[in-house]
Amino acid sequence: MLPGDPSQAISLQRRIRDGDLVIVYERHDNMKAVKVNEGGVLQNRFGVFKHSDWIGKPFGSKVFSHKKGFIYLLAPTPELWTLVLSHRTQILYLADISFVIMYMEIVPGCVVLECGTGSGSLTTSLARAVAPSGHVYTFDFHEQRAAYAREDFELTQLSSLVTVGVADIQGDGFPAKFLGTADSVFLDLPQPWLAIPSAGKMLKPDGILCSFSPCIEQVQHSCETLKSKFTDIRTFEVLLRTYEVKEARTEASCGDDGGFLRPLPCKRRPQSAGDHDADEVSSDSAVVVAKPAAEARGHTGYLTFARHQCL
Amino acid sequence: MHFVKWRRVTWEGCSVLLDINDGDRLVFARLSPASTLKIGKKNCSLKPLIGCPFGSLFKVENGKDGLFLLRIFHTEESNNIEEEEDGISEDVSKDNREIVDNNTAQRLTDQDIHAMQRQGATGDEIVEALITHSATFEKKTSFSQAKYRLRKQKKYAPKVLLRRPFARSICEAYFKKYPSRIGFLRLDALSLLLTMANVTAYSDILVVDMVGGLLTGAVAERLGGTGYVCNAYSGATPYPMDIARIFNFSNEICERIVRCCLTDLCPVLNGTCELVNQSKDACNSKTEQKEKLSSCESVSMEQDIVAEDGVPEVIAEKAAPLALKPSKSAKAGEGASDNLINLWKERGFSSLLIAAPELDAWSILQKLLPLLSYSAPFAIYHQYLQPLATCMHHLQIEKLAVGLQISEPWLREYQVLPSRTHPCMQMSAFGGYILSGTRTCTYDAHSH
Ligand SMILES: C[S@@+](CC[C@H](N)C(=O)[O-])C[C@H]1O[C@@H](n2cnc3c(N)ncnc32)[C@H](O)[C@@H]1O
Repeated sequence: MLPGDPSQAISLQRRIRDGDLVIVYERHDNMKAVKVNEGGVLQNRFGVFKHSDWIGKPFGSKVFSHKKGFIYLLAPTPELWTLVLSHRTQILYLADISFVIMYMEIVPGCVVLECGTGSGSLTTSLARAVAPSGHVYTFDFHEQRAAYAREDFELTQLSSLVTVGVADIQGDGFPAKFLGTADSVFLDLPQPWLAIPSAGKMLKPDGILCSFSPCIEQVQHSCETLKSKFTDIRTFEVLLRTYEVKEARTEASCGDDGGFLRPLPCKRRPQSAGDHDADEVSSDSAVVVAKPAAEARGHTGYLTFARHQCL
Repeated sequence: MHFVKWRRVTWEGCSVLLDINDGDRLVFARLSPASTLKIGKKNCSLKPLIGCPFGSLFKVENGKDGLFLLRIFHTEESNNIEEEEDGISEDVSKDNREIVDNNTAQRLTDQDIHAMQRQGATGDEIVEALITHSATFEKKTSFSQAKYRLRKQKKYAPKVLLRRPFARSICEAYFKKYPSRIGFLRLDALSLLLTMANVTAYSDILVVDMVGGLLTGAVAERLGGTGYVCNAYSGATPYPMDIARIFNFSNEICERIVRCCLTDLCPVLNGTCELVNQSKDACNSKTEQKEKLSSCESVSMEQDIVAEDGVPEVIAEKAAPLALKPSKSAKAGEGASDNLINLWKERGFSSLLIAAPELDAWSILQKLLPLLSYSAPFAIYHQYLQPLATCMHHLQIEKLAVGLQISEPWLREYQVLPSRTHPCMQMSAFGGYILSGTRTCTYDAHSH
């Protein structure tokens, strides 16, 4: 998923090969990770797709099934991975992930500790941020989750950047060998305050801790604990609002309510990037309009950041 | 391969962000034995900051040779500071009914304070004296007392916090003090841009940065001396990127920041070959000119970006001008070599980022999209929704991209204190819009 050297970066010459991980894109809300396998097939509501048809095509290609249904084959990225991974726990999404990486000042070469690993959604983005020379040590006390996460990091080829450990961090703290080594520590735990004293010991002076908690009581408790050894304690909530874009026709009204907007007839209106009609032509009276999507995530969690005191 | 190391201790010639009195003033400066910081009407040497870890805290002290900076340690109380009056008081034994606001409450005069200062009293001693001589201090609630103390401390014993200039601190500082210089690009929007465009080591990122170099710098920080950030511009003059020079980039990173004019990247735009070559020469000489200009203007990056009590106060830190002693970061932003340009034309860029409030999103994307590799992600920031909506519509109709989405980030900070937790009273109501998506392979779709 991440280039290990310049030749591995995505390019116009890169072709899909046997063994590659591809993201099969049906619609923006329907994607799936598939490992390409010479003899393999993918079956979905659009028909049967032969992997052998994919090999040799560039990433980003549209490929067809036996019934002329189509999908797109995309190169995997941490953002796409977050949308397709198997949910073994609650996971972090784009808005929180991007803010966490920025606010924790994670740059190439950083050493980051994380607990818990969960489904590895955040871990994948942490790995991208520390690459090529840093490392992410992620812990979960759930043996099976840790094992699944390791398998995922094999599949996404992040194993050289990520080490998954099994440990009860709330109970026992982070392993002593990480004392004073971490540039940043991220916690997504039910009782983060239990892990904060240990996290402090792992951090370099001025290193940054972030704790993600869905409930304000958890935040309150964590902040109390942070006060003794941390500075710059700040809590944020980050959300995203998405917009729907449509082409609508304006009609000059003869009535007294002025002009009004009417969406184009349903069958000609694009539903998503993948399945609209190409023969749609904007007429002179058509305008592009946008409005916020009616539904959105209203809450994910609070992000509390703090810096380890500089002595 | 040699990897970049991020130093945690300052050095001579290093660029720093000075946070004075909890963000009241934010000053970018370059450390040298001669550089100074203006506090009130006096100058204070920045020399004691050299060799200190980032994150160190200093107090401005009064010495016989004037002001000096003394390193101090954080106290737990500083974590209990409340934002502006939230009207909720925990201290029920007292309220403010007896407090009458007139100017007679303080018995210590300005002359008294000056006399104390001449006799070598420390800032903290003056604060204590002010408290002792305040007629109303005892009657105040404990929160008002803490606030009074803090206010006097800020005035008579200011604190200076030494910060690393990272994309985060630079963006926050500009957004707080001079948002228009960075196109009102809020930190959460910048974070999203970098994430949505999959900025990662060993990739070649095409950037249109009309936000002062903040985006270019933020991308270079994430590349860590691998790959390239290609800062593209249309017309003959590159866009300014002074902010990229505030980052403490090593040579390895600076070499990875290059500029290129659009006519060189997409020659079809501009008629004959000859014309293209001419315009390229013009570009290059312009670039050099601009380069010289910006190194002479070095003070601009060392300027205070200060707004105290709403009055912007711009002070040039006079010492250690970059022009005299070219800093390491002077090399960032050279013209891209023909080799690189050819390589990009052949391989395509790994992603595209646009933050160009002055350009039309669709017109610019139309030119740049073909320069991207298939399956490469892109993200465009704009303050207005309509240009992005139009752009998205075109992309849909022409089937140039998938995963198209317009997102508006929302960010709210909280005050967390025992029994007094609530969202902050002030928030930024608007962080712009981002159009993101992934380029599809058009060539294959047609050939089928
Ligand atoms: C919500 S999930 C983390 C999700 C993750 N941030 C992601 O984006 O995929 C929380 C994880 O913490 C683990 N956990 C809970 N208590 C723990 C403890 N005391 N020590 C280690 N891991 C723990 C759980 O097993 C669970 O997998």
